[in-house]
Amino acid sequence: MNEISLMPAEQYQRLQQRNAADVKELWDLLDMIKDPELPVLSIWDLGILRDIKRDGDRITVTITPTYSGCPAMDNIRTDVEKALNDAGYQEVTVNMSLSPAWSSEWMSPEGRKNLREYGIAPPEDADLDEDGLTPEAHAQCPHCRSRNTRRISEFGSTACKALFQCNDCNEPFDYFKKI
Amino acid sequence: MSDAIKQATLEYVIRLGDDSVVLGHRISEWVSYGPFLEEDIAYGNVALDYIGRARMYYSYAAELADDGRTEDDFPYMRSDREYRNLLLMEMPRGDFAYSQVRQLLADAYAAVMLPELVKSKDETIAAVAAKAIKETKYHLRRSRDWVLRLGDGTEESHKRTQKAVDQLWGYTHELFDMDETEQLLADNGIGVDVSKLRDAWHAMVSEILTTATLTVPDDSWAVRGGRTGYHTENLGHMLTEMQIVHRSHPGCQW
Repeated sequence: MNEISLMPAEQYQRLQQRNAADVKELWDLLDMIKDPELPVLSIWDLGILRDIKRDGDRITVTITPTYSGCPAMDNIRTDVEKALNDAGYQEVTVNMSLSPAWSSEWMSPEGRKNLREYGIAPPEDADLDEDGLTPEAHAQCPHCRSRNTRRISEFGSTACKALFQCNDCNEPFDYFKKI
Repeated sequence: MSDAIKQATLEYVIRLGDDSVVLGHRISEWVSYGPFLEEDIAYGNVALDYIGRARMYYSYAAELADDGRTEDDFPYMRSDREYRNLLLMEMPRGDFAYSQVRQLLADAYAAVMLPELVKSKDETIAAVAAKAIKETKYHLRRSRDWVLRLGDGTEESHKRTQKAVDQLWGYTHELFDMDETEQLLADNGIGVDVSKLRDAWHAMVSEILTTATLTVPDDSWAVRGGRTGYHTENLGHMLTEMQIVHRSHPGCQW
């Protein structure tokens, strides 16, 4: 399938922020931190890495949760601290920022592609219903690409996903909800 | 921030945290008891959203209190008389219909209340509300679907769902009560004047109940007291279970 990459405005802003940063090497370094529940997504890809600042020897990293109760946040915080400590930065603060609230629009194009290859349909692989929520059917199956699918549950293995099943290949799959 | 407003904000944030943690814990009691696996997981996820909100409110409460207490001290080290949650949240798990009806009543409340709370001049409160709004859309759709399915289902499911509506209705009135604390915050653009929200809530819930072939109860009785610490006997039992580990190993870290 040919993909014409249309970058959402928010994603473009994030990229600008990353490229303009005087701590570009730290953004690159933190690409190694993955979401423990989605090991194909770095915290950059997922869009939860919001900012990195250096003030003398002090590094301040800002992250934001996907959902209020996301249990991965404590792990991610520890992983970020450890990665920076290992790279020689001893004074590390990881802030949790709630505003603006995380949006699935912040996910990177590579992240969406990786998700699909991993077997999880990314947000844009379903047309939302009239309420702007996950539809009852037709999210694209990441395994056989069929649109002949149905929603089994509003909530999948984590709060950020819904559970679907493909009517053609019969495989169940997670759909990453758009919020 | 003046002292009076700061104190009121602290009290308010604790109330919102208590609502979230009590309902979140009640929902979590379904984990491993759901009617089927997907539903079990769905309920677990809703519980996590509520417990996540509670953490955000309590973290902020600890910051406002600035007296050495941490986010854990609020849920784990207060007794039922010190809890300020709405009574609806502490009602026991009951059967599946009972839990889903309570969920609908609570989700509909969140759906009318959060869009007001997000306008709060307090940035932290507004930020928590902004996150919660997105989650609540999914919660409400799920509880609505279940109430429709159960109400308009079999004779047995209809009977149980109507019974749950009748038993819980009297606990919904205090959702829209104001007191001095909340009035002060509403006047200062920090809190929500919930007394203005009942019509919208009533319309939303009535539409769903009616579609589900259920009868909307009249307002013949009401129980109040959660916001002043006068709880039903259910909360104490719940807290006993929720707090036992924390209280048995004070200060324990791992």
